[in-house]
Amino acid sequence: MTREIVIKTEHLTKRFGDFIATNAISFEVYAGEIFGFLGANGAGKTTAMKMLCGLLTPSSGSASIAGFDIYKQSEKIKKSIGYMSQKFSLYEDLTTLENISFFGGIYGLSDAQIKSKSEKLIGQLGLQNEMKKLVGELPLGWKQKLAFSVAVLHDPKIVFLDEPTGGVDPVTRRQFWDLIYDAAARGITVFVTTHYMDEAEYCDRISMMVDGVMKELDTPQNLKSKYNTTSMDDVFFELARGAKRKAD
Amino acid sequence: MRTLRFLLQKEFRQIFRNPTILRMIMVLPIVQLIILPLAADYEIKNVNIAIVDHDHSTSSQKLIGEIGASRYFSITDYGSSFAQSYELFQRDKADLILEIPQNFERTLVREGHENYFLAVNAINGTKAIVGSNYLSRIVNDFNANLRLQLLKQPLSTPPQAIEAAAINWYNPLLNYRLFMVPGILVFLITMVATYMCALNIVKEKEIGTIEQINVTPVKKYHFILGKLIPFWLIGMLIFTLGLFIVARLVYGIVPVGSVLLLYAYLAIYLVAMLGFGLLISTYSNTQQQAMSLAFFFVMIFLLMSGLFTSIDSMPTWARWIALANPVTYFIEVMRMVVLKGSGFADVKLHFFAMLGFAIVFNGWAVMSYKKVSG
Repeated sequence: MTREIVIKTEHLTKRFGDFIATNAISFEVYAGEIFGFLGANGAGKTTAMKMLCGLLTPSSGSASIAGFDIYKQSEKIKKSIGYMSQKFSLYEDLTTLENISFFGGIYGLSDAQIKSKSEKLIGQLGLQNEMKKLVGELPLGWKQKLAFSVAVLHDPKIVFLDEPTGGVDPVTRRQFWDLIYDAAARGITVFVTTHYMDEAEYCDRISMMVDGVMKELDTPQNLKSKYNTTSMDDVFFELARGAKRKAD
Repeated sequence: MRTLRFLLQKEFRQIFRNPTILRMIMVLPIVQLIILPLAADYEIKNVNIAIVDHDHSTSSQKLIGEIGASRYFSITDYGSSFAQSYELFQRDKADLILEIPQNFERTLVREGHENYFLAVNAINGTKAIVGSNYLSRIVNDFNANLRLQLLKQPLSTPPQAIEAAAINWYNPLLNYRLFMVPGILVFLITMVATYMCALNIVKEKEIGTIEQINVTPVKKYHFILGKLIPFWLIGMLIFTLGLFIVARLVYGIVPVGSVLLLYAYLAIYLVAMLGFGLLISTYSNTQQQAMSLAFFFVMIFLLMSGLFTSIDSMPTWARWIALANPVTYFIEVMRMVVLKGSGFADVKLHFFAMLGFAIVFNGWAVMSYKKVSG
């Protein structure tokens, strides 16, 4: 069975002076999969993700996202991806509805689409009473769920999530992953970085970055049997132990 | 266009939701425009004079009386010796010391002339020079009267054969507010436009929302226009409040020239200064950096714009800086149009200069603003 490839990188490298943040990583991500992108702090995950999203220009190597070249077609890529950064990035001084309509609007949705999608999204997240509240007043967990829903509002081919559940309680994290499964079921490819190993288990495949190099890429099941253990924690320790870079 | 609509809608919602920004836009400029011109007055008043009178005659008393009656002087001390009054110099309590010699009246009557001694505290140069000039004028008048009265002789020759009579055009009463208010209004517009535009963009960098915008298909020029247009309108609004509310109602200043011409110039000026704010934002990562950078330039703009000091009396190198300062041009245009009623033909060069600033600042800013980093 051949699966559609939505992300393909070859020797993708980013240097900052002498420092090689991301060293010649090559991998493929298939359409509709949940791809976990793991690594210790400072392993080069965020740098790699920013290159894929078109926020950073790679030093060398190539990559294509949704069939578009990251050097030449970055504006086309931007129409086909969603992105949720480590920092919370909705406008806190706008209300829930205003944020939804703003991001819907700049992704080119029509007024009718914005209206129907807002209603659906509000219903799904149970935010009926918070629609007209400023986003800054919402609890962190709700903000994160809202930010994710806004990132997939325009039905992108791929959504990039950079540590989306940092600082969120376990119940909300579980709900957040329900949203991720929902999106994947709608055919959206999910590219997610995380430090939680239980979340790694939810992924279809995971990759491990160590010192800017991609050390492993397989299903959680295969990785666990390869390292002869029953938990992803052990796999992570085994791999991260070899890291020379200090976490920042 | 649709994208721009959403960007503008967002920007206006944020601005009108933030009471601090609203206050900064509406209240600060008006309050400053009311307060600053009162302080920025070149007229030297309250020159502190210490008098040492060794003569104690009717004439010397009369002279002192005239000095005291002048609204320019306040007599701080009647000393008995110069050394005592000199103490006041040291403590900066006196700007001038007038020493009237013994036998002042007698010599004056007998010989028809007399000297007095004037010491000037020149730390505040302007005050010292202007003060001693005022005093000479008072003494001259006193002299003339004295000769008329005491000597009872008509002046056979007028003291001056040629007297220059000056007529002050455009500002007949030499009212400094007329001169300062338009200039200060320009400066307030400059501050608000530069600071607000720069800080607004840098704030988005700080909280990370700009990164979110940068992964969307929003075009660079959309984003920039979305930021410039709201502040352009705010600048127009502040100018209108300043010109029609404060300048007209508080100071009674009605532009002699075309208000339309002023607005046309303001329109270009705002584009230039907003571009400058944008430029600052592209070189700053935090609001603190942007503030420091903006402060540095705004200070230079302020002091080298001819707002307080005449550009013509600056050294050549400083005049070049003034020429490279956009604020200089608008202040000149304001003063020319508001006070003299100059028309487009008179300020044509100013228009071209400002167009140049607008193109350079915005072009530079657009080039250095990147959706993608290194």
